Amino acid sequence: MAELIQILISGLAAGSIYALAAVGFTLLWQASQTINFAQGEFVMLPAFFVLVGMGLGLPMWPAIGFSLLLSLLILGVAFKKLVVEPMLPHGTLPLVIATIALGLLMKESVKEFYGATAQPFPAIFPQKVYHFAGASVSAQDIGNLIVSMLAIGGLQLFLNRTRTGRCMQASAQNPAVAEILGVDVKRMVMYTFLINAALATIASVLISPIYLAKFSNGETLGLVAFIAAIVGGFNQIRGALVGGLLIGVIDNLSAVYVSAEYRSAMPLILLIAIILLRPQGLLGTKEGRAV
Amino acid sequence: MTRTRIILIVLGIAALVAAPIGQGNYIIYTLTSWLLFSISAMGLNLTLGYAGQVSLAQAGFMGIGAYVTALLTLAGVPWIAAALISITSCFAVGLLLGWPALRVQHHFLAFVTLAFNTLLFLVLRNEEEITGGSFGLVGMPRPSVLGIATDSNLNFYYFALACFLISAFVMWWILRSPWGRAFKALRENPIRAESLGLKIRRQTLLAFAIGSAFGGLAGALQSPLVQFIEPGSFALIHSLKLLLMVVVGGAGFFFGPMLGAAVVILLPELLRFTEGYYLIIYSALVIVLMVFSPQGLIGLGQKIWNQFRPRHETRRDMKKGFQL
Repeated sequence: MAELIQILISGLAAGSIYALAAVGFTLLWQASQTINFAQGEFVMLPAFFVLVGMGLGLPMWPAIGFSLLLSLLILGVAFKKLVVEPMLPHGTLPLVIATIALGLLMKESVKEFYGATAQPFPAIFPQKVYHFAGASVSAQDIGNLIVSMLAIGGLQLFLNRTRTGRCMQASAQNPAVAEILGVDVKRMVMYTFLINAALATIASVLISPIYLAKFSNGETLGLVAFIAAIVGGFNQIRGALVGGLLIGVIDNLSAVYVSAEYRSAMPLILLIAIILLRPQGLLGTKEGRAV
Repeated sequence: MTRTRIILIVLGIAALVAAPIGQGNYIIYTLTSWLLFSISAMGLNLTLGYAGQVSLAQAGFMGIGAYVTALLTLAGVPWIAAALISITSCFAVGLLLGWPALRVQHHFLAFVTLAFNTLLFLVLRNEEEITGGSFGLVGMPRPSVLGIATDSNLNFYYFALACFLISAFVMWWILRSPWGRAFKALRENPIRAESLGLKIRRQTLLAFAIGSAFGGLAGALQSPLVQFIEPGSFALIHSLKLLLMVVVGGAGFFFGPMLGAAVVILLPELLRFTEGYYLIIYSALVIVLMVFSPQGLIGLGQKIWNQFRPRHETRRDMKKGFQL
């Protein structure tokens, strides 16, 4: 029992980080029909910005701020202006190909210009372990869970309670009508890209102390973000959240109870099962239009 | 088919026959692997360029083909039988994967194939008793055709060339048949095509399964060519590379995949002086190409050609066919 609680908590902690990436993924999809195959690399990169910042002599927190700024500029503004915008009129496929190429570009650039080995990354939470009822839970796991839940909760509040957030939802649901009603759709789409970049930075800072910063981290993270988004429901933020948590828990459970070798197979099997049985995702709603 | 086109194709085949003569082993090997990847990319082009579906498991299908052929030929089965079994099993797996995925919204095939490729990699790596795990399988015999052994690289090149020409002919025949022409109809106007009685889903499913079978043939050739296979050669990244190959060459054009494969196989040789930066340059080029010419290099060539030939309509149908 104690072991189970331990696994559940660390699964939820990992899952909440996956959820951050998955939420960004769904937001981009809703706002601009962009299937971002580079999402994993988007989570891998900010950690290296932090390391570069610290290499320039900045302390940890300013370095994280520096990384956030760079991510907003590169993964938000530049990605939208240079890659997504010129390709939207061509339809979805060229954009899919371009994001695949972009992921490759980011991965190889980090490998060539920073290093191919895993880099140690400073922990933001104290390295303490708490014991209760026989289970030992690390402060890091609890911190990760709280920070990502706060981020997603804040985002949900922003989207539902503020004027800008509602305008963003309107532009995602029906850009033409939103435009007629006076919403600056282009700006709303830009906000979405910025939010995605910010979420990726948070996820990166949270996950890198655990996995170390490595150029190839994006491969698994991207796949997990996809699966979480589809399992939860492609068109719902809370779907992506549930999907992320579920994947995290299943991943940790199967590592212990199934086999370490087939650990990464479990989420994939879940993905195929969901596509077969409930293609709109656990919490998703059926979309009227063909997407 | 115009006369100039026939002459050009005959010249092209003559060039392919003459290409390896007097060349060193390394160049012959590179040319052979270009032929293999062209076969695989041709299959993916049927799925992507004609049926408009993204498959992220073409390397996985090559893997199935390579492993099935390797295991069977190592057990003493002749290559031709092993290759046929490989092709059939890829076709069957394609049907099994595509059927549920195409039942729902159309971008799901991309995700299902993505998951499948990753799963396949795990199975190949972990089931050591059958697949040899990460050490792979070695020493697959090369086939002999009509009593001529293909042990020398030159002979194997001609063997691969024959397979390549047969598959190109089959592909040409598929695309020209009423069944293949239905794809152009689907691409240009799906609603009209459906109202004329075309079953979109069945067509797309078969296209995906046939495309996968081409991947199986490429894998069946790869196993005796390299004589060493390991799971890493069939990982997801290689499926992505195959996809880029098709798109760079020009998805939906008959010669697109061959050009794309040539670019992907030859570019590393040309960019050798850049050392590790090769992939960075390549992926940046792909992004630029997608911005300016989503129809790939052939599309770009046509655009430039049309600059000099006024009143020539460019392919409007690609707009429809290109949607995911």
